[in-house]
Amino acid sequence: MDLAELNAIAAHERASRKPIRIACCTSLGCYASGAVELQQQLTAGVAATGRAENVEVVGVGCMGFCGHGPLVRIEPEDLLFEHVRPEQAPAIIAALDGGPCDVERGDPRHPFFARQLPIVRRNGGVIDPERIEAYIAAGGYATLYRVLHDVSPAEVIDQITRSGLRGRGGAGYPTGLKWATVAKSPGERKFVVCNGDEGDPGAFMDRSILESDPHLVLEGMAIAAYAVGAHEGYLYVRGEYPLAIQRLTRAISQARRHGLSGSQIFETAFDFKVEVRVGAGAFVCGEETALIASIEGRRGQPRPRPPYPAERGLWGCPTLINNVETFANIVPIIERGADWYASIGTARSKGTKVFALTGKIRNTGLIEVPMGITLREIIEDLGGGTPDGTPVKAVQTGGPSGGCIPASLFDTPVDYESLAAAGSIMGSGGMVVMDAGTNMVEIARFYMAFCMDESCGKCVPCRVGTVQMHHLLDKLVNGQATSEDLVQLEALCQIVREMSLCGLGQSAPNPVLSTLRYFRDEYAALLNAPSAAAPQPTD
Amino acid sequence: MAGALPRAAPAQEQDLAAPTVDNRQKILQATMRRHQYRPDALIEVLHKAQELYGYLSPTLLATVAHDLHLPPSRVYGVATFYHFFSLAPQGAHTCTVCLGTACYVKGAAALLAALEAETGLKAGSTSADGQLSLLTARCLGACGIAPAVVLDGLVIGHADAATLRARLHALLAQPPLAEEHHGSR
Repeated sequence: MDLAELNAIAAHERASRKPIRIACCTSLGCYASGAVELQQQLTAGVAATGRAENVEVVGVGCMGFCGHGPLVRIEPEDLLFEHVRPEQAPAIIAALDGGPCDVERGDPRHPFFARQLPIVRRNGGVIDPERIEAYIAAGGYATLYRVLHDVSPAEVIDQITRSGLRGRGGAGYPTGLKWATVAKSPGERKFVVCNGDEGDPGAFMDRSILESDPHLVLEGMAIAAYAVGAHEGYLYVRGEYPLAIQRLTRAISQARRHGLSGSQIFETAFDFKVEVRVGAGAFVCGEETALIASIEGRRGQPRPRPPYPAERGLWGCPTLINNVETFANIVPIIERGADWYASIGTARSKGTKVFALTGKIRNTGLIEVPMGITLREIIEDLGGGTPDGTPVKAVQTGGPSGGCIPASLFDTPVDYESLAAAGSIMGSGGMVVMDAGTNMVEIARFYMAFCMDESCGKCVPCRVGTVQMHHLLDKLVNGQATSEDLVQLEALCQIVREMSLCGLGQSAPNPVLSTLRYFRDEYAALLNAPSAAAPQPTD
Repeated sequence: MAGALPRAAPAQEQDLAAPTVDNRQKILQATMRRHQYRPDALIEVLHKAQELYGYLSPTLLATVAHDLHLPPSRVYGVATFYHFFSLAPQGAHTCTVCLGTACYVKGAAALLAALEAETGLKAGSTSADGQLSLLTARCLGACGIAPAVVLDGLVIGHADAATLRARLHALLAQPPLAEEHHGSR
């Protein structure tokens, strides 16, 4: 493969496009709502009405408006249809001629779409994720070509550093710094690992990226490997994501067939081969040292750091671990330059962030917004508030490691530091909206039950502490707790936070601490008055 | 309540069906060979074994340990650590209720309670006739269509108790499935 061949594939793909395009979202949300049958009906309908000459029906990645799926979009008119049932295929085809159509219409200019800034999701809902040609036609792999031929590894790292990109897995460690550390770690053999173990309940950004644009992640990993001097990579994906695994596996074999993965990529000396590793259902494997253990075929238990994986990771070799969304940002940054990327966002949080907007919200789905947007804008403008118009009470960000932010703080800008100051974290991007009917103590118990089940059992503070905290929260919810129990709960929060080995335990108290901080009255209301709880003294 | 799959149920020793009519062992061997019997392929191999046999019996675990040159304790440790692996046979049909945050906020707990009442099963258990397993999942990532339930591998979005009840009845009314059923993936 050389540049001429790449350009030829792109040109051929563009030339074979038909004037009218009916795009069906085939990501999980729509897939589960009947999108595949719908696509078949549309294809059959187009053929039956003799329009196959100038109309094509394509399956595309996630359009983002998951709560309104299955979604269908007609281009170039930009007509959006929602909640489309397979039997409505003829009506959609009739709409091509401007005929009457009773299918529910969506508004592509709705703030949900208009307020977004798609960078990593730019191909989502646009290209067919199952065909490498579609990715190449959208400019794919041209950046890798340019990097391999014209840019030195040090320059790549410099670009990433200057872009200000920070880890999208949640902790926000500067990506350029991590790459530089791996690059200068001595070692013949190095690895690049993509963390697709998206375990936070309520988060599906990485799934959507992998399902909608798998080559964007692969290209980003290849550029990273070139920059740090690695030749082998692993993509660790949750076992709960069969569609993402299937599309990734297909993407890797397509890339290999086209000489874009494997040996001597683009006829240079650069080799890079990638393998998919399927997780087996353990939240703790999102922690980087646990993830390494899991790739090595062991129990996913973390180990103390340092040494960090950048120095000693997979099989003792220097290893670069980044999240799916982080890798998905690499190609756009190299393509358009660090200065362009750094111009988006706030002083310390650059670029965009993808969020999964779920819970009691009218417009459920996936959004990509510039850093610095406020929670209020996301929830009220993009999300449209609660479905029944009742006031939003709080939003939970960061999953079991994050916290609940009350409505009074909705003017908080979305950046790493502001969310941390509000007692939560950026996290990987789950945003669960809660209304007045949500009991915050029950939510805290829900997350604690999660951490208790998912604790790997290696260190005592997490293994025992989460059980004790869950027990106390259980007592609270059941109205059996005393004020001493509440004191004990807060003390345990501090112990588990400060003494646990890894991020799971260290952050497990966060949902309790943040709900205590903002909704203490709900805890207080559940307390059993001490006098009533104590046995009545008998004279 | 455990995670995605039941783990605590006592694993019954079951004969791995007669090799003469069974090419599952061959497929499993091929998988191990493809990984050059490397110990680090353990999780991949266990995924394959469970896909083929539906669950990981003690005999199966012992075979894997022997062939990958790993101590049985290590294989058992890994198999019990991960939620995905099941050491007990699953029902011919599976119904998995997602208990992720988005589903929880949208009433998944009540949905699960309704299903428990309907089937008489506790979450994580299998009916006595081996026809149905009622399971829970941590998060399927289908939050956009919460609450989500997976019936025999088919994801159902915006699930409600009445529809589920009807679909479960329809499923269980079908003639019993043979033992060949390979889980929900």
